[in-house]
Amino acid sequence: MTAVLETMGLGKQYGRRWALHDCTLSIPAGNVVGLVGPNGAGKTTMLQLAVGLLAPTTGSIAVLGDAPASSPAQLGKVGFVAQDTPAYARLSIAQHLHMGSWLNPDWDDEVATQRIDQLGLDPKQRAGSLSGGQRAQLALTLAIAKRPELLLLDEPVASLDPLARREFLQSLMEVVAEHGVSVVLSSHLVSDLERVCDYLVVLVDSHVRVAGEVSELLASHHRLSGLRRNPSTLPANQEVIEQSHTDKQSTLLVRTEEPILDPNWTVTPITFEDLVLAYMSQARDTKHLGRPALGVVS
Amino acid sequence: MIRFAALQFRIQAAIAFGALVVIAIVLAVTGPHLVTLYDTTVVPCSTHNDCSAATTALTDTDGPIQVFLTFLLLVVPALIGMFWGAPLIAREFETGTYRLAWTQGVTRTRWLSVKLGMGVVASVVVTGLLSLMVTWWSSPIDTVSAKPFDPLYFGVRDLAPVGYAIFALVLGFSAGLVMRRTIPAMFTALVGFVAARFVMNSWMRPHLIAPLHRVYTINGSSPLNMGETPAGFGVTATTRGILPGDWVYSNQIVDKAGHSPTTAFIDRACPLGHASAQANYQTCATNLAARFHLLVTYQPESRYWTFQWYEMAIFIGLAAVVVGFCFVWIRRPS
Repeated sequence: MTAVLETMGLGKQYGRRWALHDCTLSIPAGNVVGLVGPNGAGKTTMLQLAVGLLAPTTGSIAVLGDAPASSPAQLGKVGFVAQDTPAYARLSIAQHLHMGSWLNPDWDDEVATQRIDQLGLDPKQRAGSLSGGQRAQLALTLAIAKRPELLLLDEPVASLDPLARREFLQSLMEVVAEHGVSVVLSSHLVSDLERVCDYLVVLVDSHVRVAGEVSELLASHHRLSGLRRNPSTLPANQEVIEQSHTDKQSTLLVRTEEPILDPNWTVTPITFEDLVLAYMSQARDTKHLGRPALGVVS
Repeated sequence: MIRFAALQFRIQAAIAFGALVVIAIVLAVTGPHLVTLYDTTVVPCSTHNDCSAATTALTDTDGPIQVFLTFLLLVVPALIGMFWGAPLIAREFETGTYRLAWTQGVTRTRWLSVKLGMGVVASVVVTGLLSLMVTWWSSPIDTVSAKPFDPLYFGVRDLAPVGYAIFALVLGFSAGLVMRRTIPAMFTALVGFVAARFVMNSWMRPHLIAPLHRVYTINGSSPLNMGETPAGFGVTATTRGILPGDWVYSNQIVDKAGHSPTTAFIDRACPLGHASAQANYQTCATNLAARFHLLVTYQPESRYWTFQWYEMAIFIGLAAVVVGFCFVWIRRPS
């Protein structure tokens, strides 16, 4: 399968700060990708690079095999819902749809009008008077009616109330089912991503911590609990992602492709949320303590 | 893209063309009266050699409208830069909609070309029509007052305003592109435009074409002014003999080497004796004529259109440089 998004050593620097650093990724087509990380981790930078609003400082990025925003055809193949779902406040919904049809080569007017109709929106209403949820739906409609091969969404639900958030994600899933489009969706809300994603990219402190299919990641990560033990004594094929210790007990989250044979451990499967949080807190630990902290444990 | 740009621009365009229609009506109602006045009072006056009353009456007609039109054409290019040019892209940055516009199936370069192209065409049409109407309306008065090179009038007639408007528009646009904020971009457009106009008026325009010189010998009928000046008694030349529409840079009393007479020489050559003023004048002229002549430096009125074309071309050239910068800037790695 070809990659919808492929990066090689991708980096973006603002002044002296790296918003994204040395990021190498290859996301296969046909997935709903959750791009997760704390605020300021580089999610927006990554998506804006993918859509050509930003240019990389280092490395390269290819979207659907081409440089982002390199041609009208390339732009037409990528649907983008920007953060805070911007819209022209003074233009009506219908005028936004006109814009879409004028500016995009493969625009599907039927899809657009149908969606607006289904949402119960008045095409004559100005975008400035829409609620946040309605505006997000308008932005999604504009992105979908382009008939894109790849849909990029930057925190589309962050500012929505829980109900609007669920409705939005539901319509997104309908679109995926109906049009078979690949999706990259950024969010810091783990529960939302869990519902919709089958591929996960965790981005922390401008670095990619982990990337892979959710089912594979869940199968290869385990929570081990047992008597207190120094993690450095674990087999080489078990990578410790997260650890916590009490006086008597150790709880570890390890990644391994091999079965865990040590009978001293109680092995439990992990949830999507455990997985994400483990990688996010790993970053924080290494940042503050440095890796040798492992040696403190006796 | 053109249709979308037109959709976004329609309100500003409607306001401008609405204002243009109102002005057109006012000028259409009052203009013919000026033409009639010129034909019935100024044209016949030359036959009985008493034109000052007729011309004064004409130049005083519709004074408030004259002032308003001059003011209007002075500020319209600046307004275009501030209210059309600056928000054209700065608003997209401020509201975040550039992320919507630049991720449609249209490259950023094309987006820029259409946006700027439409702005330039609208600016040319609006200022062109306005300048045409004002030039027509003022033509009887301008014929009488005959000062086409006057800085106040030169920039508000014929071609010059079109060049100013194009420049102001792209200046405002480029400021918005770089600053990404509407208000600072508007301010920058205003300051930049006024500065460019000032530099052109004061330092560039007089040097565009080498002026002509005309030499007069001093005799009894030579145009001299004698009298007390702040620096003492002095004699200066006046510009009689030069057409009223010419642009006079200077008129001097000079010798062959180009030196003006010293005050001491004047005091000796032009005695303020007890003779009559006429006799004093004759003495002065005769004494001066021995060593000095009159030198007038000027641009003839016939060069008016050359200057107008130059003015417009220079501002369009400046605008082209700014546009080139915009194309480079919008594609740079941001």
